[in-house]
Amino acid sequence: MDAKEVIARRVAKEMKPGMLVNLGIGLPSLVANYLPHDSGIFFQAENGVIGLGPRPPEGMEDPDLTDAGGGFVMAMPGAASLDSAMSFGLIRGGHLDMTVLGGLEVDEEGRLANWMVPGKMVPGMGGAMDLVSGARRVVVAMVHAAKGEPKIVPRCSLPLTSIRRVSLIVTEMAVIEPTEAGLVLRERGPDCSVDAILRATAARLILEAEPPEMRLN
Amino acid sequence: MKAAISADKAAALIPDGASVLIGGFMGVGSPHRVIEALVKRGAKSLTVIANDTAMPGRGIGKLVSVGAIRRLIASHIGLNPETQKRMIAGEIEVELSPQGTLIERIRAGGVGLGGVLTATGLGTLVEKDKAVVEVDGKPFLLEKPIRADFALIAASKADYYGNLEYSLTAQNFNLYSALAGDVVIAEPHTIVPVGVIPPDTVRTPGVLVTHLVERAF
Repeated sequence: MDAKEVIARRVAKEMKPGMLVNLGIGLPSLVANYLPHDSGIFFQAENGVIGLGPRPPEGMEDPDLTDAGGGFVMAMPGAASLDSAMSFGLIRGGHLDMTVLGGLEVDEEGRLANWMVPGKMVPGMGGAMDLVSGARRVVVAMVHAAKGEPKIVPRCSLPLTSIRRVSLIVTEMAVIEPTEAGLVLRERGPDCSVDAILRATAARLILEAEPPEMRLN
Repeated sequence: MKAAISADKAAALIPDGASVLIGGFMGVGSPHRVIEALVKRGAKSLTVIANDTAMPGRGIGKLVSVGAIRRLIASHIGLNPETQKRMIAGEIEVELSPQGTLIERIRAGGVGLGGVLTATGLGTLVEKDKAVVEVDGKPFLLEKPIRADFALIAASKADYYGNLEYSLTAQNFNLYSALAGDVVIAEPHTIVPVGVIPPDTVRTPGVLVTHLVERAF
């Protein structure tokens, strides 16, 4: 199982029927692959749909039905389409149960940076700042380190997406919960030792008990 | 009743240097024929306010490629490397606004409100040069309203009063842009006789539409 699959499978465990969930572009969007079709979870795409379905068969695309990355999608029975003010009203107004986003850095205060690398990449924040500020739970789904460089750091060096503390960090090596006291190591990835996790993490991690290995099935 | 005009005639109404709100999300729900006509007539020095600049060769991306845009207010430019290049080269002045904030600023401009108070962007680069207002002990950023000389919007269906209907995720910024432009140019996919669109499905009342562009076919 590769890192992304581990992360997507573990994040899928956070979801319950009836929840309204927004999955970010890229790694977070893989989470839907590990939920049953009858999961009862409503997926929102911020460009204006609740009840996002998978990609349609070739030749059955609707040019007016895409996800937030601009890719063609289907809508599930019971779907609703929305304009942008309604869509972000749901996000900012606390109606969105969970958002899953990718991350460039998360720091000891649980603050996320994921929208720009000054001088290198300025894609814009899109909906990320509203999602992190407004969703009831914010789950960061990212690989633990980028080319050997830790992404969980004492203090973000990149511009923050929000000053709000995220709810959970899920990587292929660990599940970490940011709390008032700091980052608590809750679970280990498959075949990951606590030592290996500590070595790959620049931020201080709090060990409250021997963390169990994460369940993926 | 309004007689439909050609896309070329619509583009001729928009002078160089005008500020233009343009609907669409990654080109979905953008007024493609009016954009093409603006490119054809060689429009220059436009201020464009839109969610994104799509990608090269699509929607607003075409205006970027021919250098028609001098100033841009958008939430996301990550999928159009040409916009980023021109921004870095100083050819386009870019203001990035979080997506939920941007649509509310347009809504505020359109519905006569003096601004928007939002927690989105607090403590981030977005806060720069903005007032922080406390309401009942909670801090919010004051974001100013946006209006423009023109609003260019797309709809799936219009009647000859200018009443508009939209399809699925093609609603996005179109609904509120129709309130925030001094002159509103609507490009419908199709036009039906007055009375065909039931009042309950009209999303943009025809009184807001200044000019109707001919149907696509």
